[in-house]
Amino acid sequence: MTEHVEVHHDSHNDPEHIKREVRIYLYVFGSLAVLTGATVAARYLLDLPMHYAIILALIIAAAKGTLVAGFFMHLLSEKKLIYAILALTVVFFAFLIWLPLHDIADKMGK
Amino acid sequence: MDAHAHAIDAGHDHGGHHELEIPFNVAPRPDTGVYNAKLGVWLFLASEVMLFGALFSSLILLRTGAAHWPVGKDTLHVLPATINTFVLILSSVTVVLAWANLRLGDLKMGRIFIGVTLLCGLIFMLIKAYEYNLSFSHEHFPKTNNFFAIYFTMTGLHGLHVLGGMIVFAYFLTFGSKMWKTEPARFTNRIEVVGLYWHFVDLVWIFLFPTLYLL
Repeated sequence: MTEHVEVHHDSHNDPEHIKREVRIYLYVFGSLAVLTGATVAARYLLDLPMHYAIILALIIAAAKGTLVAGFFMHLLSEKKLIYAILALTVVFFAFLIWLPLHDIADKMGK
Repeated sequence: MDAHAHAIDAGHDHGGHHELEIPFNVAPRPDTGVYNAKLGVWLFLASEVMLFGALFSSLILLRTGAAHWPVGKDTLHVLPATINTFVLILSSVTVVLAWANLRLGDLKMGRIFIGVTLLCGLIFMLIKAYEYNLSFSHEHFPKTNNFFAIYFTMTGLHGLHVLGGMIVFAYFLTFGSKMWKTEPARFTNRIEVVGLYWHFVDLVWIFLFPTLYLL
């Protein structure tokens, strides 16, 4: 049985295009590894107050999340319908996070 | 032609049995622009965002409402969790490499990378078991306090997601790969779809790791 099969013939599956994608995936992997090291190093080496440590950790996590979503999940070049689904999800997610934050702000105001 | 009509039209007779061929498994559906499984997995992931979002919301509420909240890096085991972060990142790369090789028509390399991904999942679970064991040996249980309750809930739920992904990868590595002989493009799409799920599991861990273990 041959294991090599023609899968598609469009430009998206052109071997050169795929090889370029693979190189990008490896760069993203390197960036994620460095950012993970930076997250741990920042917490142990920088003696930041907790609120600054939280902000920094979340910024690094957001950068890592953007790399995973953008390149590994191909969200940099996805269809409009997927963006629409995710936009709706972001709205509801933001509401979920806003709820406890609103409660904190309420308590601080009293 | 709408999707229903297309489905009926695509039916074939096999020995007197009418076999219905499900459309848009490979080619994008004209009205959505994506094949059906891809749309399905994104809708599923949207619901998963809400599931984990509710738990992150609970974590914020518990943490800000507590008079004293333990600092993760002084309470939990950071080294195994850091190793697990690297393992999950590596597994995310191996999934996309599996998908890339399948698109190149190379099943052998595709299966090797699926196998490495499965192995990464297994290593993650073993390290997680070791980490839980360390917590239990220090008398830290979900009932200990709210910190450990939310820690075990979130990491436990995440671990179940890793386990779910491993089961799917094990299937595609064994019985599921038979599809390659008859429908290689559809099999390739299946790996893309499970890959999207796996990246989401990685994404959740990217936020769980600092919020629970470091802060």
